[in-house]
Amino acid sequence: MAQVKISVSNLNLHYGDFHALKNVNLEVEENQVTALIGPSGCGKSTFLRTLNRMNDLIEGVKVDGEILLDGQNIYRQEEDVVSLRKRIGMVFQRPNPFPMSVYDNIAYGPRIHGTKNKRKLDEIVEKSLRAAVLWDEVQDRLYKSALGLSGGQQQRVCIARLLAVEPEVLLMDEPTSALDPLATMKIEELIQVLKKDYTIIIVTHNMQQAARVSGVTAFFLNGDLIEYGVTESIFTKPTDKRTEDYITGRFG
Amino acid sequence: MNSRLADRIATFIFWTGALLVITVLGAMIVYILYHGGKYISWDFLTKPPQVVRAGGGIGPQIFNSFYLLFLSMVFTVPVGLLGGVYLAEYARNNKLTEAIRLSIETLNSLPSIVVGLFGLLVFVNMTGWGYTLISGALALAVINLPLMVRISEESIRGVPDSLREASLALGANHWQTIYRVVLPSAFPGLISGAIITSGRVFGEAAALLFTAGMSSPALDFSQWNIFHPASPLNPFRPAETLAVHIWKVNTEGLIPDLRRVADGSAAVLILVVLGFNLAARWLGRKIYRQMTAA
Ligand SMILES: Nc1ncnc2c1ncn2[C@@H]1O[C@H](COP(=O)(O)OP(=O)(O)OP(=O)(O)O)[C@@H](O)[C@H]1O
Ligand SMILES: [Mg+2]
Repeated sequence: MAQVKISVSNLNLHYGDFHALKNVNLEVEENQVTALIGPSGCGKSTFLRTLNRMNDLIEGVKVDGEILLDGQNIYRQEEDVVSLRKRIGMVFQRPNPFPMSVYDNIAYGPRIHGTKNKRKLDEIVEKSLRAAVLWDEVQDRLYKSALGLSGGQQQRVCIARLLAVEPEVLLMDEPTSALDPLATMKIEELIQVLKKDYTIIIVTHNMQQAARVSGVTAFFLNGDLIEYGVTESIFTKPTDKRTEDYITGRFG
Repeated sequence: MNSRLADRIATFIFWTGALLVITVLGAMIVYILYHGGKYISWDFLTKPPQVVRAGGGIGPQIFNSFYLLFLSMVFTVPVGLLGGVYLAEYARNNKLTEAIRLSIETLNSLPSIVVGLFGLLVFVNMTGWGYTLISGALALAVINLPLMVRISEESIRGVPDSLREASLALGANHWQTIYRVVLPSAFPGLISGAIITSGRVFGEAAALLFTAGMSSPALDFSQWNIFHPASPLNPFRPAETLAVHIWKVNTEGLIPDLRRVADGSAAVLILVVLGFNLAARWLGRKIYRQMTAA
């Protein structure tokens, strides 16, 4: 069994009175792709956003329980949220490049974190774009707006932008749901490459996608983590009736 | 009555309303330009005015108007922007925010003559500066601030949250996110806003009568020492603007060619304001395109 990267225990989250995550316990392995599946509104995004504390931004959110990243509780008092978000990066459902050049998009994170040297930035930009398998497509339009790219390219800009801050964990919230099949395929291939160096957690509505890209799958329902384990066994012989119903498309 | 007919009637009513507004505005602009346009000449635009004889121009007034506008924007833009950032990014829904909004609304609906008298008390008398450009600029800033705050707030709110989240998720803090992502993205709106507010105060007269004054010293356009009383750039000199000049010529002018000067000035004024508004749209669109397209 691989090293545990993130360990979640007794995690509860309330939006005001609404109990959105109910006592979730889960361990995420290092250098593994973990897929989160479940019907709409079951709390997948909410769970994902607890991992980099993006929920802190929403008023009235209450979180309790423990999330250990390499053994350290990220919800402890003195946790530095900024450096946490450097370590755990996030890709969103809709590509959201900044309205700046491709170059400035990628260099954004490093600049924020203090890299000023132009040569160093050039290096980071090229390395990140190569890692996101985008370099060949954009190398001659680095200084043009990233918004002029296709949706799939924009999403890879967002991934490259993330890689530029050298995170350890990548959170992806339905990263391909706004993309066409070809662009989706490219992102999936990219995920396969990235999992060598990163721990990846991906939310998806697409069963085939979960089966294709992930090694471990977790099934959520109404804020409960119903079942999680090796993707193959979840899809071939789920232990819980509700999981089976969901993956065979009987509801959700 | 079926719904298609109702739809037709509603459409017709809205069209008529819009048409009416456009016609009235268009007629006014055409009227002013028709009566004043023919007087606009290079001499008219550059020469100083005459007190009793014919043939004066409006050169210093045009300069004063632009310079005063510039000075007032020096106050309005930064303060308005900060207010907008505060309201859009930091203010919570509480009593304090409500009080601020109420104050802004009230300030916005003050008649400009009231702002002028307030300026007379505070910027002219209390400061001991007398009628000066700077007093006028501050009075204009008071008039303009509410609009600038509101336009800033709206432009900043218009920036999609997804961009803020992207920035925060990369480990940026709130201030870095505002400074590096939100403000640049709001830039086209902010520029248009600043120019539109400029147009609004360019034609302002009532607030300036008792702050910037109704006279200009003889200006020496070769004097660039800004502390020299004859220097056009000296902010502590009185200055009559174009709009004030129109008002003054019309009410107490002694020159024989009063109509020429008044109508010509009005035409210049309206052209400049029109120019401001067109520039605002053009520039905003251009910057937006540059930021978004390839
Ligand atoms: N900011 C919020 N305030 C209140 N309730 C919220 C908020 N965000 C989400 N919720 C609620 O929490 C529950 C879980 O939402 P979440 O977005 O995590 O679902 P999801 O599994 O990601 O769904 P989807 O597949 O549609 O993206 C939903 O019932 C939703 O209505
Ligand atoms: Mg979601």
